[in-house]
Amino acid sequence: MTLLKDSGLAVGPGMRLPISGATTLLFAALIASGFLFPNHFALATQILVLMIFALSYDLLQGHAGIVSLGHAVFLGLGAYSSAILARAGLTDPLLGLAVGAAVPALIALVLSPIVVRGNDFTRLLVTLGVASLVYEAANRLRDLTGGADGLSDFEVAPLLGLFAFDFEGRTGFIYALATFFLVYLALWRVTNSPFGMALRGIRENARRMPAIGSPVARHLAVAYLLSGAVAGIAGALLAQTSRFASLDMLGFERSAEIVMVVTLGGNGHLAGVGIGAAAFGVVKDALSTVSPRYWQLGLGIVLMASVFLARGGIGGIIERLSRRRQP
Amino acid sequence: MSNVIAIIMDGVAYGMLLFLSAVGLSVTLGLMRFINLAHGAFAMGGGYLAVVLVDAGLPFLLSLPIVFLAIGAAGIAIERAGIRHLYRRTALEQVLFSIGLALALGALANLVFGPQQQAIQIPSLLSGRVTVLGLEIARYRLFLIGMGAATAITLVCLFEYTLFGARIRAAVDNRRAAEGIGIQVERLFAVTFGLGAGLAGLGGALSVEMLGLDPAFALKYLTILLMVVAIGGAGSIAGSLQAALVLGTVDALFKYFLPEAGGFVIFGLLVAVLLVRPSGLRGRAA
Repeated sequence: MTLLKDSGLAVGPGMRLPISGATTLLFAALIASGFLFPNHFALATQILVLMIFALSYDLLQGHAGIVSLGHAVFLGLGAYSSAILARAGLTDPLLGLAVGAAVPALIALVLSPIVVRGNDFTRLLVTLGVASLVYEAANRLRDLTGGADGLSDFEVAPLLGLFAFDFEGRTGFIYALATFFLVYLALWRVTNSPFGMALRGIRENARRMPAIGSPVARHLAVAYLLSGAVAGIAGALLAQTSRFASLDMLGFERSAEIVMVVTLGGNGHLAGVGIGAAAFGVVKDALSTVSPRYWQLGLGIVLMASVFLARGGIGGIIERLSRRRQP
Repeated sequence: MSNVIAIIMDGVAYGMLLFLSAVGLSVTLGLMRFINLAHGAFAMGGGYLAVVLVDAGLPFLLSLPIVFLAIGAAGIAIERAGIRHLYRRTALEQVLFSIGLALALGALANLVFGPQQQAIQIPSLLSGRVTVLGLEIARYRLFLIGMGAATAITLVCLFEYTLFGARIRAAVDNRRAAEGIGIQVERLFAVTFGLGAGLAGLGGALSVEMLGLDPAFALKYLTILLMVVAIGGAGSIAGSLQAALVLGTVDALFKYFLPEAGGFVIFGLLVAVLLVRPSGLRGRAA
């Protein structure tokens, strides 16, 4: 316990567990969705992946205040590493998940010195530039990544050696749901620790934090690494449950999409971001089958309006509602 | 050898297109601190307007000034209606608004014109090749280089030798002091934004022939426009020109001689420059 305390991750005495109304509702809705829509396991799993990916980026943008236009790099790296591992014969899903988290974390560690320095504009450019580089690299390394065709010729062994991934996607859904819960709780713990507080301090004023003895660069590097690892988990999950890893998983559209999802969900509000991602996933699926052009037009208009109207996103609305209830 | 020169001419022409489209972005970032990811959409708008005008029977050369004025006016309208409220907001809010604008305009182009590539009829005066000093060069490339050079000279004169330019430089260096001596910075911002948008529209109209035009244009060329600004330094016209020419030429040379390197060189160049000089080669302020 003392070790935990020293690491700055211990939960203090005054800290509530993450069982707020919104969180309970979110978890209940997720479990219920499995029973209510037994024919839509694949969509539900994809939405869970989007939610995990959004949570990972929220740590960076919502808590640490780093805007990135290349976060999908970590999603894609997670997807490719687990897929490549599976092709090599190591088909255990949990091992794939671990490697899918480790590889992006390593890349994030290498990249963090060039990302955490500089102002917002240089960060946008560096993340965009690095994302384009990784995209090009994945496109060129055809032997490893399958190029534009992607990777689909790999198997995934039964989960824990017991539950085979079925055609309906039930196992995949439960697997993704369990992963989401664990990620959510872990990130709740991290963001409510002194380390999480320090990140918010850096977001609010990066110049004053060193004055109170906070190692800004190191904190940001750790946040970047964690964020990359969680995004990698989302990617590995996506590749394993859809049996597919492709270039679009690390493309610009995914990166831009996640910036929108996190902002609409509410920066720095885990439950809000989770709900926002779920809502985004459902609406996108419904609208883009009707007409992708109108979906894009509507999305653009909502984004422009959100800057003026819904500051704080869904998380902000939840905050206001819960504050009104308990004056 | 003549081959190499032809490729370099290609690269320079491409660089001039990049310069026209990116210079407004550089000025808005340097002057107003506004990160405008919708700038490529102004270029796209100019492209579509030119296609429509030429299809309606207007000569290509006459459509260019109309595109410049129309897209410039549209830029001023958008600045007054939305963007001016965002100058003091965070980078994230600016990014969201401008990505939203770019997406909406791209979708609108898709709804009106469809997803296919557009073509434009250029006059016979500008098509074909011409022999200069024993070298065969496409006339349209020469025309682009001339247009780019003329614009660069005009802009440098405008910024360095006129009262308008002096006011802009004053506002870039110290906005509060500029306001203090009675410069109407708000109006200056609107006019400058319109100028940048108009130039991007012109760049877009000129690039239909060389780069093609479809609803994805705005986002496809956004990255390289941002790179021009990053390498050239925000707010610097000469820097934008140099960066655009270097990027255009390097891109053309590598595409021809080392196609396997693909986009690596350009993006590697960007990351390297930003590591060494975070505010660009000739950045005034970051």
